[in-house]
Amino acid sequence: MSTVAASAAPRPLALGRARWVGFKTIIIREFHRIIRIWSQTILPSAVTATLYFVIFGSVIGQRIGSMGGFGYMMYIAPGLIMQAVINNSYTNVVSSFFGAKFGKHIEELLVSPLPSWLIVSGYVAGGVLRGAMVGLAVTAVALFFTHLPVEHPLIIAAAAVLTSVTFSLGGFLNAMFAKNFDQVSIIPTFLLAPLTYLGGVFYSISRLPGWAQHLSLVDPILYMVNAFRFGFLGVSDVGVGEAFAIMLIAVAGLYSAAVVLMERGAGIRE
Amino acid sequence: MNALSVRGLTKTYRNGVQALKGIDLSVEQGDFFALLGPNGAGKTTLIGIVTSLVRKSGGEASIFGYDIDRELEAAKSCIGVVPQEINFNLFETPETIVVNQAGFYGIPRPVARERAQKYLKQLQLWDKRNHASRGLSGGMKRRLMIARALMHEPRLLILDEPTAGVDIEIRRSMWDFLREINRNGTTIILTTHYLEEAETLCRNIAIIDGGRIIERDRMSNLLRRLHTETLVLTPTRPLMEAPRLEGYPARLIDEHTLEVEVSKDQNLNDLFARLSALGIEVLSLRNKVNRLEEIFMRLVERGAAA
Ligand SMILES: Nc1ncnc2c1ncn2[C@@H]1O[C@H](COP(=O)(O)OP(=O)(O)OP(=O)(O)O)[C@@H](O)[C@H]1O
Ligand SMILES: [Mg+2]
Repeated sequence: MSTVAASAAPRPLALGRARWVGFKTIIIREFHRIIRIWSQTILPSAVTATLYFVIFGSVIGQRIGSMGGFGYMMYIAPGLIMQAVINNSYTNVVSSFFGAKFGKHIEELLVSPLPSWLIVSGYVAGGVLRGAMVGLAVTAVALFFTHLPVEHPLIIAAAAVLTSVTFSLGGFLNAMFAKNFDQVSIIPTFLLAPLTYLGGVFYSISRLPGWAQHLSLVDPILYMVNAFRFGFLGVSDVGVGEAFAIMLIAVAGLYSAAVVLMERGAGIRE
Repeated sequence: MNALSVRGLTKTYRNGVQALKGIDLSVEQGDFFALLGPNGAGKTTLIGIVTSLVRKSGGEASIFGYDIDRELEAAKSCIGVVPQEINFNLFETPETIVVNQAGFYGIPRPVARERAQKYLKQLQLWDKRNHASRGLSGGMKRRLMIARALMHEPRLLILDEPTAGVDIEIRRSMWDFLREINRNGTTIILTTHYLEEAETLCRNIAIIDGGRIIERDRMSNLLRRLHTETLVLTPTRPLMEAPRLEGYPARLIDEHTLEVEVSKDQNLNDLFARLSALGIEVLSLRNKVNRLEEIFMRLVERGAAA
């Protein structure tokens, strides 16, 4: 009798602990991957950001003058940080997960007892980790060129994390459907890049003609960049509450889709 | 208690290939079980379903009583699998690979590190623990997958051709190693195309062909069923034609090689008496193929004819 109780009682706790260890292991593995190939994961965004600051900030920015009431360099800094977060979160998950599919080591996770939602969460955490690492690197670069006020630190953190999660999930879904390496790079190049550039990284949409402003409002990245910028500078082209609502909906929708597809084994289980 | 129990399992791949056509199979806890069959028979598919790499089309499977549809997590924690094809990250080191795998099964890192040392040493990979695994030889890669499968000390170890491409010396040490693990209570299911390996290691056997189980028996029973054996004799002097040995069909392969079929109720003294009477002296004698191989060929050929 007592043995039954003893073996039955700690199970949920033990299960929770085992899952936590599994989740941490995925993150540790992603961290090692980011470090192992740092010249592909960390460096490019830092270099790009430096170039943007030099060219747009120093050279061209002088002519532009102020934007939204701030020096141009200060105005674009949050946008450039966000751009790095978006790219790196997406790229990390899409290439790591597709690589695991391609090299078959995704099977290490598939045969393990970890549930689908935890595998998705682990990869997403890896994407957020890289987003944060690169985001901080770009912030450090930015601080070389400009002072950056911090109006609402919690909004900065929340916008960065939600955006990072959104694009990590996007990368995860991309990797599930991708059949080859071309299909891994097609979305970042043809969808992500234009949406980022048109998403108010470099300008306030109030400078655009009316029709272009309306068009910009369908670009989700506009909301993310502006919420993030609001955290630093206290100005935004869109409602911040609206921006967070959009991010939360995106996260919930993409996460559900990723877990359902993972559970079905789309593209990974025969 | 059954380590593995499978009922009416079917699998049709998306391209229409019917890989499993209704498999019923159970493997007792503690068994050392051989799953044999020709290429394309469905062995890897069956293992894939049990380890949830392949989705089944129909039927049921359970591991130590845990149904893979209802208690998948519990079922999976009982299994360690060594796949047929290399499936670790070639850019990671052996130690990282096995420690992470343990982590996926919920084993904390300090414990995982200790076990990594134990199993990498036992599989003679400890010296290579910090090298990128793409630099391992084929045999080392297989051993790494065995170490990885053991990290969570599974109750059921499934090995899909673990000794393919492994040299004889290592293969024998792997046999000793697997026997030891089995003695310590781990149930083992092994697929292999080296029938000598199955005959030496396994107590029970199933033969699968064309997606169906065509034989399931104790190894000893199966071997006993073989009624005739083919002996290969080397005469001291070259022969010109096959000698006529009453009751013993004989074939001359070349002038130094004579094959004679002997059934179980005949005795060798009688055969040798007949050879002596014809003035043929025998220099050496061996079995043509190992016994399991002979049965296997007959069963599979019969399956193909049907
Ligand atoms: N992913 C797949 N898609 C389509 N058909 C497949 C797939 N995998 C296996 N098959 C087919 O299913 C059948 C069984 O294959 P399986 O790999 O299970 O055989 P096996 O017994 O493991 O063979 P081998 O001894 O060569 O490893 C074969 O006809 C094979 O071509
Ligand atoms: Mg196979």
